[in-house]
Amino acid sequence: MKNEVLRFDNVTFCYDTERPEHTAVRDLSFSLYEGEFTCILGHNGSGKSTVAKLCNALLLPTSGTVTAYGLDTAVEANENEIRRNVGMVFQNPDNQLVATIVEDDVAFGPENLGLPREEIAARVDEALRLVGMTEFRKHEPHRLSGGQKQRVAIAGALAMQTRCLVLDEPTAMLDPQGRQEVMEALFKLKRELGITVVLVTHFMSEAVAADRVLVMNDGKLCMDGTPREVFAHSEELSAIGLAVPKPLEIARTLRQNGIPIDDVLTADELAQAFYNAFT
Amino acid sequence: MIRDISIGRYFPAKSFVHAMDARAKLLLTLAMIVVTFLCKNLYSLAALCAFTILVYLSSRLKPLLILKSLKPLLPLLILTVIMQVIFTKTGTPVLTVGKFSVYDDALIMSLFVCVRILVLIVVSSLLTYTTSPTRLTDAIERLLSPLKHLKIDVGTFAMMMTIALRFIPTLIDEIDRLTSAQKARGADFESGNLIQRVKSLFPIFIPLFVSAIQRASELADAMICRCYTGEGRTSYRVMKFGWRDAVALLAVAVFTGGVITLNVLFAPLL
Ligand SMILES: Nc1ncnc2c1ncn2[C@@H]1O[C@H](COP(=O)(O)OP(=O)(O)OP(=O)(O)O)[C@@H](O)[C@H]1O
Ligand SMILES: [Mg+2]
Repeated sequence: MKNEVLRFDNVTFCYDTERPEHTAVRDLSFSLYEGEFTCILGHNGSGKSTVAKLCNALLLPTSGTVTAYGLDTAVEANENEIRRNVGMVFQNPDNQLVATIVEDDVAFGPENLGLPREEIAARVDEALRLVGMTEFRKHEPHRLSGGQKQRVAIAGALAMQTRCLVLDEPTAMLDPQGRQEVMEALFKLKRELGITVVLVTHFMSEAVAADRVLVMNDGKLCMDGTPREVFAHSEELSAIGLAVPKPLEIARTLRQNGIPIDDVLTADELAQAFYNAFT
Repeated sequence: MIRDISIGRYFPAKSFVHAMDARAKLLLTLAMIVVTFLCKNLYSLAALCAFTILVYLSSRLKPLLILKSLKPLLPLLILTVIMQVIFTKTGTPVLTVGKFSVYDDALIMSLFVCVRILVLIVVSSLLTYTTSPTRLTDAIERLLSPLKHLKIDVGTFAMMMTIALRFIPTLIDEIDRLTSAQKARGADFESGNLIQRVKSLFPIFIPLFVSAIQRASELADAMICRCYTGEGRTSYRVMKFGWRDAVALLAVAVFTGGVITLNVLFAPLL
């Protein structure tokens, strides 16, 4: 039996209760499980960031319940415990680093937990090692590249020994290289530490590698499945303003033009399928 | 443009002064400032200059660096001299042009004031040049920690300083970006009278302000996510007094004693 990490039960969230037509999340129910890499997709304003913030009690549901590791986020006494277990990384790398030196920033979380110095030092070392930023530990954050800053932010969450990472479009402001660095770091964490990853993104190429994809539209969950299952519904996706990954699009175009190719999700798969089709 | 300012910046290096404890440096800087005002005659003033230069050299920073940061002070120094020359009318005249004479007291006063200003700036610049802002904040936090008994929240104050220091470079980048963006739209910051120039800054500072508030709100979320409550924090960085601090303390003590002796041995000029 898979362990449940996050559970949304009929969650509705409204930023302004006087204007219910502006409800950001409507009657949302789903569960996420330990060790899974889940991507949340959706066009602008579909409520992805709101869902992310509901995960660790930054926002509390207007109705319904959010449970993280069995704890109700609406109970104030649970807040600390939840935030320790569910770490969060945001979109803008400049606005989430607190300290003027990388290692001090990573130490910020453990300091807040009131841990003894030796413990903090050990955690900082380990967290920086996991994201491959050890050699930058004495650097100033504002001199790092976007990808490096985001890895420092991830290290900051790891230093709290977080078991689940929720990332809200962490790669949106990065160049392709930075994006790759961050994605590699995330997959490594999932592989080596079994960390549960919830990645909000609008890059389809990031979603294809996930274990599970949730698609949101207008505050509601409209698809849920493996990348292959979800991307099979290209018409429904384009109806809500999302495109299928490029390799899949190419494969389908080729098939329409008489080349026998199955659905593929990544460029490598496409190359392989193309090769198979002609040999 | 704004990047060229060296006052308050930190220049990492390996030196005696860099390796000292930030608290010791802060306290000794304050001590030096007091001693600056103890110098009463030319001998002690000379000793002050010599000691300051010695300390600066022991930091292994380039002399050019401090000269650059002293340059903006030049108008202030010149103004001081002019004021002294015009208003000090005691002592013996050394130079007379028509009805106007320059008195020797004016020159001596000018010398003292200028040297004191220069030493103050060198000493305090040296503190920030050789101490990382984080260390300095820590030092202030520890030194002010007795105030906790008066229910003053020193920890939060130090946190505010750290965040301000962290965001200065970010905001400077942002100003650069906004300036270029407005220039690209044809804004002109260099010509016109004072009012026009101030007006031309509005399109930079209003967006800057808006984005700073946005940043603050995102940063607050990020801090909450990392369990910041402002209470019960421990500290990752250790501060330890070492032999260098003892040596420096001794040096400053000996120097202070020397200045006092010189004051007693030779007649005060002021
Ligand atoms: N602080 C807020 N106050 C009021 N309304 C908000 C606030 N934040 C978001 N909203 C509204 O809630 C809805 C969902 O926003 P949310 O930020 O969750 O979307 P998103 O899917 O993350 O969008 P994006 O892709 O642009 O990041 C939007 O209609 C938005 O206008
Ligand atoms: Mg968003």
